[in-house]
Amino acid sequence: MSLMDAMLRRPGRGPGGGADGAPSGRRGLALASRGKSIASTLLTVLATLFGLALLTFVIGRTMPIDPVLAIVGDRASPEVEAAIREELGLDRSVLVQFGIYLRDLLQGDLGRSVMTGDPVMQDILRFFPASMELATTAMVIALALGVPLGMLAAAHQNSIFDNVLRVIGLLGYSIPVFVLALICLLVFYAKLGIAPGTGSQGIIYQGMVPPRTGMITVDAALDGQWGAFRDALSYLAMPAILLAFITLSMIVRMTRAFMLEALSGEYIVTARAKGLSQARILWRHGLGNIAGRLLTVLAVIYASLLEGTVLTETVFSRPGLGLYLTRSLMNADMNAVLGATLVIGIVYVTLNLLADLGQRALDPRARGRA
Amino acid sequence: MTDVSRAAHASVSRRQWLLDPSPGSRRQAAWGNAYRRWLQFRANTLAMIGLVTVVLLIAAAIFAPLLATHDPSAIALENRLAPPSAAHWLGTDDLGRDLYSRILYGAQVTLGMVVAVVVLVAPVGLVIGVVAGYVGGWLDTLLMRVTDVFMAFPKLVLALAFVAALQPGVTSAVIAIALTAWPPLARLARAETLTIRESDFINAVRVTGASKGRIIMRHVMPLCVPSIIVRIALDISGIILTAAGLGFLGMGAQPPMPEWGTMIATTSGFILSQWWVPTIPGVAILLASLAFNLLGDGLRDVLDPRQE
Repeated sequence: MSLMDAMLRRPGRGPGGGADGAPSGRRGLALASRGKSIASTLLTVLATLFGLALLTFVIGRTMPIDPVLAIVGDRASPEVEAAIREELGLDRSVLVQFGIYLRDLLQGDLGRSVMTGDPVMQDILRFFPASMELATTAMVIALALGVPLGMLAAAHQNSIFDNVLRVIGLLGYSIPVFVLALICLLVFYAKLGIAPGTGSQGIIYQGMVPPRTGMITVDAALDGQWGAFRDALSYLAMPAILLAFITLSMIVRMTRAFMLEALSGEYIVTARAKGLSQARILWRHGLGNIAGRLLTVLAVIYASLLEGTVLTETVFSRPGLGLYLTRSLMNADMNAVLGATLVIGIVYVTLNLLADLGQRALDPRARGRA
Repeated sequence: MTDVSRAAHASVSRRQWLLDPSPGSRRQAAWGNAYRRWLQFRANTLAMIGLVTVVLLIAAAIFAPLLATHDPSAIALENRLAPPSAAHWLGTDDLGRDLYSRILYGAQVTLGMVVAVVVLVAPVGLVIGVVAGYVGGWLDTLLMRVTDVFMAFPKLVLALAFVAALQPGVTSAVIAIALTAWPPLARLARAETLTIRESDFINAVRVTGASKGRIIMRHVMPLCVPSIIVRIALDISGIILTAAGLGFLGMGAQPPMPEWGTMIATTSGFILSQWWVPTIPGVAILLASLAFNLLGDGLRDVLDPRQE
């Protein structure tokens, strides 16, 4: 889902709305059945999750490599081959295979990774927190800067400030994150020497922090190792700022667009007539009205951040889900690839659901939306 | 009358004909609309910069064999990683190949992938969206659930999974990107159809006894085209970035093909020593993606002002 799809999801606005986009005019009717619309949202989510499983299953079956040959090699006896085929359930019908796949999924079994030799689920649980650490830090930086900048841009529409922001935003949209990562390494690590290089920890601290959450900065802080904490933070800073820059443009653009719409409302005219200060109008009346919509957008942005971590972690050699995914790709480790893909999909669907529920809580206009 | 003034007179009258507020024919009205949109587009400096850059890119791709100074795959190990010079305008890569020539041929690869994806995706997204929106019912629900599933993954991640299941290469990359690009288009076309479906002129057509197929093909679909065009123009930079990302991760175009992302992947190790070698293809990607973003923004303002 991209920016514009998110922007189409306007509460109480006509087409392109939420999952079912009730046409405008039926809002009043839908408002009466709030409980039902939450139920139908949940149903949609379940259907989507089922679809995710089906899609990864289909991708797994279309690959040209014979999974049995991949395990036993081409010099195994036919008996061994048949035994493995049976063990994998490949001798049964596709429907039964999908059933087994679903059953395993529900038990949290994503198969075994050829690369690490561990269950894929265990690998993902080990690597995912590090990616969350990176994505969340980037998100916090981008939000702290992006929302105020977007609001200012809306308040001073078409000013020089607005246009400069627009151009910076376009750059953020257009630059490939891996190119920016390489350039940052060159400038801040090699030339200026103010940032550490690749990895997520300095050599002296490696293996010193006992893993608890999987997020190195958090683990170091929990363990009271402040030297290790500062070290991990210094390694986290550059990739996080870089991802934040890419995301910032989205947040600024979105906040600006929502705010412009909010500022044209009559209640803003009333607020101005009452003599309220510009700051109060923007922060209290403007932001208060767009908060719900911004929330749904955040889910989309977080998903794009997860996408960004794939490339960023690869360039910075930061252990995380992204690096795990690309390493598995290089090793044709399909269980790991599909497992990581599925988990990212599930995270995204869950985030969207939470955002949707959050918007209902924050914005009464959204409650009628199916 | 001199030739010059006659020409001037002709152009003035053509302008008048185009801008006539009460056109005498359908053709005149259509051309007049197009001309007004062009005037509006031309006034947008950033959009014009985008358009010119896109045209230059296309020209670079088409005329790459003429513009290139070297064979893009000619290896010269004695002259590897050379800085820009008169002989090699942008320097050479790790195998001594001329970077300037490889960038030009890289435009062929990138734009070729973009064209292939758009050709695959535009009709599919349009038809699925319009049919879902117009027919409604269980078909609509089913199709929209399918788009939900595809849109539940970040594009690059889904494309990576598809390519991994196929074989890394340009064709797989195109298929994978196309598979991730159609759902948003279908959603947009459906949304447009929902509003158009309820309008009076569609009811009028229906009353005259037009079939569903005819209404969809002749009346609904053409009205969805402008917003689809805008959306595709804005999506192209995303397609370029995904293609480059796939190339960078070794899942797109394979070496020795001069694809920009692949070029960065094979030379990224030189970023600290010969920084220009991986940076130059990066700048090419940035320029291409930025140009399409500017063009798309401009087109949106002209064709579909509602989509801010």
